[in-house]
Amino acid sequence: MIALLLRDLKLAFRAGGGFGLGLAFFLIVTVLVPFSVGPQAALLSTIAPGILWLGALLACLLSLDRLLALDWEDGSLDLLATAPLPLEAVVTIKALAHWLTTGLPLVLAAPVLGVLLNLPAPGFLWLVLSLLVGTPAMSVIGTFGAALTVGLKRGGLLLSLLVLPLYIPTLIFGAEVARRGATGIETQTPLLMLAGITAATIALLPFASAAVLRINLR
Amino acid sequence: MTLVVTDLAIARGGVPVLEGLSFRLEPGQALILRGPNGIGKTTLLRTLAGLQPPLAGGIDGAEDQIAYASHSDGLKPTLTVVENLSFWASVFGTHDIQPALDAFALTDLSDRYAGNLSAGQKRRLGLARMLVTDRPIWMLDEPTVSLDNTAVQMFADAVRAHLGQGGSALIATHIDLGLDAEVLDVGANKPKPSPIDGFDGGFL
Amino acid sequence: MSIAAKANALWKYANPRKFLATSERVLPFFWLTSASCLVAGLVWGFFFTPDDYKQGSTVKIIYLHVPAALMAINCWLMMLATSLVWLVRRHHVSALAARAAAPVGIVMTLIALATGAIWGQPMWGTWWAWDPRLTSFLILFLFYLGYVALWEAIEDPDTAADLTSVLCLVGSVFAILSRYAVNFWNQGLHQGASVMRAGAVTGTDTEEKVSNIYFYPLLLCIVGFVLLFIALVLYRTGTEIRARRIKALLTRERVNG
Repeated sequence: MIALLLRDLKLAFRAGGGFGLGLAFFLIVTVLVPFSVGPQAALLSTIAPGILWLGALLACLLSLDRLLALDWEDGSLDLLATAPLPLEAVVTIKALAHWLTTGLPLVLAAPVLGVLLNLPAPGFLWLVLSLLVGTPAMSVIGTFGAALTVGLKRGGLLLSLLVLPLYIPTLIFGAEVARRGATGIETQTPLLMLAGITAATIALLPFASAAVLRINLR
Repeated sequence: MTLVVTDLAIARGGVPVLEGLSFRLEPGQALILRGPNGIGKTTLLRTLAGLQPPLAGGIDGAEDQIAYASHSDGLKPTLTVVENLSFWASVFGTHDIQPALDAFALTDLSDRYAGNLSAGQKRRLGLARMLVTDRPIWMLDEPTVSLDNTAVQMFADAVRAHLGQGGSALIATHIDLGLDAEVLDVGANKPKPSPIDGFDGGFL
Repeated sequence: MSIAAKANALWKYANPRKFLATSERVLPFFWLTSASCLVAGLVWGFFFTPDDYKQGSTVKIIYLHVPAALMAINCWLMMLATSLVWLVRRHHVSALAARAAAPVGIVMTLIALATGAIWGQPMWGTWWAWDPRLTSFLILFLFYLGYVALWEAIEDPDTAADLTSVLCLVGSVFAILSRYAVNFWNQGLHQGASVMRAGAVTGTDTEEKVSNIYFYPLLLCIVGFVLLFIALVLYRTGTEIRARRIKALLTRERVNG
């Protein structure tokens, strides 16, 4: 299992691995927001938590279609499926690798981008915390979507169509935490709900992902 | 470990391709799988490897015993030869990859990126993977594609050594490997059209 | 007949031939009864009920809005049930019924959303509000879209049936989660569910009840929509079975020459 994780991380960091693309996308989206809504500091600081959450979500989405498709194309998935490793573990590791290479950098970059959008001072902690709790769920849900569409020629757009509705609860609670945190309201309830969703998806969704992957490998 | 296949029927894309197939694969034995293109050799190997369920019939002794090599080698172009091979070694819980490198003359290439290898070298690396799996039954789908004569000989030697250690192999190939192997011709197992009035008769 | 025997008898409709024969026999009944219920309910509701003292005649859109909304949800539940049957028992008709129901569900959701907007304009002064109930239907609409898109994208019918079934299962869980999330996110303008509450039926609920004058024609419309839904799904399932059969026969011909 460790071997698979290390291999995926290595692949992500080497040439053409796509590490940093999501991060750059996150940066560009955030920079484009003031251009589209205007530079008023008050407006920006109101919408900053929501924009940063949406940007992180889209950046996560961007790299999903490579998550399993590359292993599918070069036959690694077939070989992994016949290896002693259960497919449930394979998809969990894949999701973890995706989180480490996409989700975690987004969490770390978010405060810097928060400065660009005039995020109020109390909001930084909650923004980072909510993203830290919420992004793993996005990787796990995204892996499910990637497993569903892995055999398709042009699965990218379909993948977004399938995954985005599944992201709704995570987005609602995550952005709620960040918004409440920025305005100094109590954040415990949405944060607990967000943590609950993340824990439940990590615990249960890999079984569904492995099941659809098995179907797709037939 | 003996692989016993009884009265197997398999389908590709919902269409039955082979039926009534029975054979045994004993330790130390190699079987050459023959049959015209499109008869279902790849589907048979995938079914035996557990990647898809059979339509009917039994497969015994295959669980966790099979090392499968498909048309594609599952190589990552941005990993070196050694990295590619040690990855598969640790997935299968083995560690020593040197014998595999030696058997396919890959030691000199060990620090090269797989993306920079020629087609034949890639194939050799893909076949070296079989040696690090430590599994008794090999299933090989057209293993000699893009191999030159020397490399084919390397492969035949590797299979012979594997058989000598009590392993077995089922190889779909059209060339003569010089192995002392029986031939399993599945050309006769093409299914007859089934009657259209089964339970789900409207469909099949 | 024992319960088990009855259950066994039910499965015989999983045979496409049996299903087609039976559905062709019962379809005229469903078309007729649903048409008469709808005509009666709508005419009664539109022309023979008084205007509401607050909402005026706009209240009468309830005869389309509520039944469509109910069917939008029930259609997804039916797809969930048939998907489970497919995954457990592998009956093709079941998977095809789920596929056949999805577009009907989409249309029902659209009717509920559109009538809601038309009703909301005079009532709340806006075509669209991010009210939890409206938002939930919009989300349901997105789930339907994804489901249908996945069916359309996959070539092999059995793979498509398997994958869409799993998506339906997972989607159901996330749809329920979204419902709660949306409720938490915004407390809305919309009144509570009007029909299913005991108070609404008995008329003891004072604030948001649907009083008896409106209730009986509404009930008729709901029955009409249910029957219409059954008729549409049976009809469309028949079409899907035939399309599948044509595909299978063509494949057969190609394979056997």
